[in-house]
Amino acid sequence: MSHRSFIRRVAPALAGLFCFSLAASAQTGVPRTGDGHPDMDGTWTNVTITPLERPKEFANKEFFTPAEALVYEKETRTKRNRDQRQRGTVADVTNAYNDFWWDSGTKVVKTLRTSMVIDPPDGRIPALTPERLKQLQVRVDAVKARCAQPGCEEENSGLLGPADGPEDRPLMERCIHFGTIGPPMMPSAYNNNFQIVQTPGFVAIEGEMVHDTRRILLDSSPRLPASVRQWKGDSRAHWEDDTLVIDTTNFTGETRFRGSDENLHLTERLTMVDKDTIMYRFTVDDPTAFVRPWTAEYPLLRQDGLLYEYACHEGNSGLVGILKAARSDEAKAAKATSK
Amino acid sequence: MSYSNDCPTPSATSPWQHLTDAAMSPRLQTSGCESFSQSGRFALKMVWMTSRLCSILVAGAFAYFAIATVPAHGQSVPRAADGKPDLNGIWQAMNAADWSLEAHAAGPGTTPVLGALYATPPGQSVVEGGEIPYLPGARAKQQQNFAKRQTDDPAAKCFMPGVPRATYMPYPFQIVQSAHSMMFIYQFADAVRTIYLKDPGPAPVDSWMGWSVGHWEGDTLVIDVTSFNDQTWFDRAGDYHSDALHVVERFTPRSPDTLLYEATIEDKNVFSRPWKISMPLYRHVEKDARLLEFKCIEFSEELLYGHLRKKSAP
Repeated sequence: MSHRSFIRRVAPALAGLFCFSLAASAQTGVPRTGDGHPDMDGTWTNVTITPLERPKEFANKEFFTPAEALVYEKETRTKRNRDQRQRGTVADVTNAYNDFWWDSGTKVVKTLRTSMVIDPPDGRIPALTPERLKQLQVRVDAVKARCAQPGCEEENSGLLGPADGPEDRPLMERCIHFGTIGPPMMPSAYNNNFQIVQTPGFVAIEGEMVHDTRRILLDSSPRLPASVRQWKGDSRAHWEDDTLVIDTTNFTGETRFRGSDENLHLTERLTMVDKDTIMYRFTVDDPTAFVRPWTAEYPLLRQDGLLYEYACHEGNSGLVGILKAARSDEAKAAKATSK
Repeated sequence: MSYSNDCPTPSATSPWQHLTDAAMSPRLQTSGCESFSQSGRFALKMVWMTSRLCSILVAGAFAYFAIATVPAHGQSVPRAADGKPDLNGIWQAMNAADWSLEAHAAGPGTTPVLGALYATPPGQSVVEGGEIPYLPGARAKQQQNFAKRQTDDPAAKCFMPGVPRATYMPYPFQIVQSAHSMMFIYQFADAVRTIYLKDPGPAPVDSWMGWSVGHWEGDTLVIDVTSFNDQTWFDRAGDYHSDALHVVERFTPRSPDTLLYEATIEDKNVFSRPWKISMPLYRHVEKDARLLEFKCIEFSEELLYGHLRKKSAP
């Protein structure tokens, strides 16, 4: 490693670590509850353009320099701008929202990490187990086979999916579950806002996305039996010094976070590093889905605004349109064959 | 119910029947029973005396328990560090108000083939004065709603139930009260609302659960709720409101494990005057009580989208 490449590669990492440790040392200035714990009450946002996994072009680069961060931010904003649409293309009509509706962030995380994943050190999510890959492939094949028939609609992901009934559609289109609340809580296209109300025995985390509220118990009461599964799992928390550690199990297996299944055991660690920042770190441990556990982190930033009611299901005319369009496609196809 | 003009016969079906009837009718001894035999009269007197003794004992026991566990108003309710009542906990109403706020007899369900489990449980009115004061002509819409409740009740569609209905649906809700914030989380439809203890100013837009601004009046949490849409019902009977709805709720601890819930409802487009409902709310005291997920969207999809399903091939 030449002197110059040392500066290029290691210095930003050291700078990042320095910033973080500086923030960590400021921890003594965080607000505290009557029982002495960091007081996380308030509204927070996790909006960021930092990707979960490190982009290939930044392999071996754990931290941006401030100058690199500015370039990456500008490029990403330009690439994501939804107002760039060419009339007459499919993208113009399927991406119905223009840029006004999106709130996917304009900045990378304060730590200047190039990915949220911090372990494995390459910033990439470990491989899925061969068994899990097989299970997921079976699903994909089943969808493809059904899409040989008319009535297959494009999903939010841009992939085709059948629409015989609501059950065929993704959870988000049905307003049932969003990865924004997770857990783990992940920044997404909009509504990246959370409200925490913290009591000694219970922590509520409301996600603005589809008014979904996590109910986190701080006690030693027994977990739900394995037969009871919940979209947001079953969460228990305890304090490790100043860190709120949340353990969650009993997932449905239907949310499939990056390929996870019902055996997902999620550990989240919320550490208030200053009065306006909570470092949020989560570890995904799911031995039947991933070849090894992995960990990611990003900061939650305090915000002044309030959360507003997002009545997704109540106004879900989108799903009505998707099902109607599928029926219309079928009717057209039937008419064509009968001719 | 009055037994005072009836003469109990020695052949009553249960020995306890005598006791109950006698205890409830002090006038038994004086009128309407002259034809009773001497032995019958003696037996009756014994029963009456026993019942008096029992009722004194029972009343004494009640008084003892009342002193031991339910002290005078406000004294032993859990309190937060600031001295205000600590309302943290999981609460639920125990009545049939969700079927109708007004008095109603038991009735069949909307789909009799589903059997007794889906029949309507009877209930007494929770409305002060008994009836909801609809404007002339406004009752008709409630009756239309009632007739179409199986498909039109917004709760059947798993829509957020609004206020006050969220409080007395047959599902629990949780109050989360910290030093600075207050949040109500309802099991039904994952409805949630923040109670702003500092007035955040007017709501930017109407909503299903309204805009809740709270303050304490002594030990009573008073919540002023405005900016509702006109999409929710008060109950399965189809009682309804417009977007001019204004609700003032009052939560008053009446013992460590019960709250008195009162809501004053005002809507000049539908009602001739403000009216009030009240009921107790009970704490879930069972060990490990918790608010489990009831994401009812899935269960509403057949009702909402069933007609848009692919018809199976003939």
